[in-house]
Amino acid sequence: MLRVEKIHKSFDDFKAVNGANLTVEKGELVAVIGPNGAGKTTLFNLITGQLKADQGKVIFNEEDISSLPPYKICKRGIARSFQIANIFPRLTVFRNVQVSVLSQQEKSRKLFYPAEKLAVEETNRILESVGLSDRAGNIAGSLAHGDQRALEIAIALGNKPELLILDEPTAGMSPEETAATIELIKRLADSRELTILFCEHDMEVVFSAAQSIMVLHQGLTIIQGEPDQVRNSSQVQECYLGGAEPC
Amino acid sequence: MFKDAFSLKSLILTGAIFFVLLILPPIIPRFYTYILAVIFVTALVAMSLNMVVGHGGLFQFHHGAFYGVGAYTVALMLTKTSLPIWACFVAGPIMAALVGLLIGAFCVRLTRLYFGMLQISLGSLIWAIAFRWYSLTGGDDGMHGISMPPIISSSNGAYYFALIIMAICITVIYLIFKSPFGATLQAIRDNPDRCEAIGINVRRHQLIAIVIATFFAGIAGVLFVVVEGSVFPDLLFWVFSLEIFIMCLLGGWFTFAGPILGAAIMVSLKTFVGIYTEYWTLILGIILILLIFFLPEGVWGYILEKFGSRHKEAIEKGSK
Repeated sequence: MLRVEKIHKSFDDFKAVNGANLTVEKGELVAVIGPNGAGKTTLFNLITGQLKADQGKVIFNEEDISSLPPYKICKRGIARSFQIANIFPRLTVFRNVQVSVLSQQEKSRKLFYPAEKLAVEETNRILESVGLSDRAGNIAGSLAHGDQRALEIAIALGNKPELLILDEPTAGMSPEETAATIELIKRLADSRELTILFCEHDMEVVFSAAQSIMVLHQGLTIIQGEPDQVRNSSQVQECYLGGAEPC
Repeated sequence: MFKDAFSLKSLILTGAIFFVLLILPPIIPRFYTYILAVIFVTALVAMSLNMVVGHGGLFQFHHGAFYGVGAYTVALMLTKTSLPIWACFVAGPIMAALVGLLIGAFCVRLTRLYFGMLQISLGSLIWAIAFRWYSLTGGDDGMHGISMPPIISSSNGAYYFALIIMAICITVIYLIFKSPFGATLQAIRDNPDRCEAIGINVRRHQLIAIVIATFFAGIAGVLFVVVEGSVFPDLLFWVFSLEIFIMCLLGGWFTFAGPILGAAIMVSLKTFVGIYTEYWTLILGIILILLIFFLPEGVWGYILEKFGSRHKEAIEKGSK
């Protein structure tokens, strides 16, 4: 479904992503792991078009999307969440998700029809699935951090994506919130026939949830495979799970 | 299909205000009729600016240029051509929107402050043309004594014309504000990058908003000519654009009706304080400083927060 081939991106002299490869098959839950600064967020930004690659390709459903702007990539069926809560702070929670649903339904430019009556059912369904129905009327900026993260995922779901990319969905969450979020991600992966690509620091979470894991180190893919395969790889143990010495 | 866009309370309030404004002219002195008409015109410019500033988050620093283009277009067509009057009136906003499209197309490529800077320079270019082209525009003298058909040439006629056109325009602006287009525009204001990531062509959306806003500014320009019977380059000068911007801030730029209130306050200050001292801007300055400290959401924003039920309603609705 998604194939990233030998992608490169440098900022001045710093090589953030230096020939990473990634394959995501339909229906899979794929995790990208790697130490801080390994280039995980940069990789995601390259896939969704926030950044343009220096070299390499991103192939989605047999189409090269590496030169498309973000809004077009989104229309192809890739939605994402961001590492920092990236929401519409002055709008209500309901409106946050509705704007996304309206965009998916190609109704964003409708001029003379009250927005209140459009995409209501779909929006409510998404809010329910992430557990935010009771806060639908609140101003998004006033939500607690954990709820903002959930809203972040809800906005991405509004696009009815085939592939959902989550950039550290549990960053800054308490253990309870983390558990709830992981539960949510697993549930989404099961119920919505959604393919999910995410990155995460919590190893326990990654190895219990993901079906495929890609290890990124200094911008380079070390290995991609099933959790057991990755856990037993000596290379990975040396440079990442073992932790202490850089390889 | 529109009835859901209005709440009953605001409908009654607006209806009452409109009714009072309808019966006022025969009972108040002519001078006040004129001032009210000026307020209507100014309110419409401020409302059109707030579409892009308050709802769209764009630094539209030279909105007066489009207002002036509308006014100059209609004035020039009325005096230099023999086209029917309605054609001249329609040409004003269309010309303003075209100029808006042209300038906007360059500006939306830039972000934030750079957007504002480029707009000031391009807008000033239009001012320079009006200011220098004596043979066409009358230069710094402007054009005076533009004749209107009898029905709108009296001060009461101009008053009613301005009132009705303004009411229609603000209703349309309200519908746009409540539409998916308006909702998306507000989302872009809050977070353009996120909007891009949910599949919205942000620049295109902003450009459409600018064209719509400049169209309404053009209509206000036409009303200005009807009320004043003249045009002059100050309409296009950046200082006036700043004044409109301040009206939005003063009234409350995240509210819908705030700019109307802002316009009323500014015009009144200018008129009534202007009688006593030419330093009326000094008083405006003091008011602005106080505003920033005590009412950061603007006058109308403060009133809504204090007395409005909408915010509470929204929270209650959410908890159901």
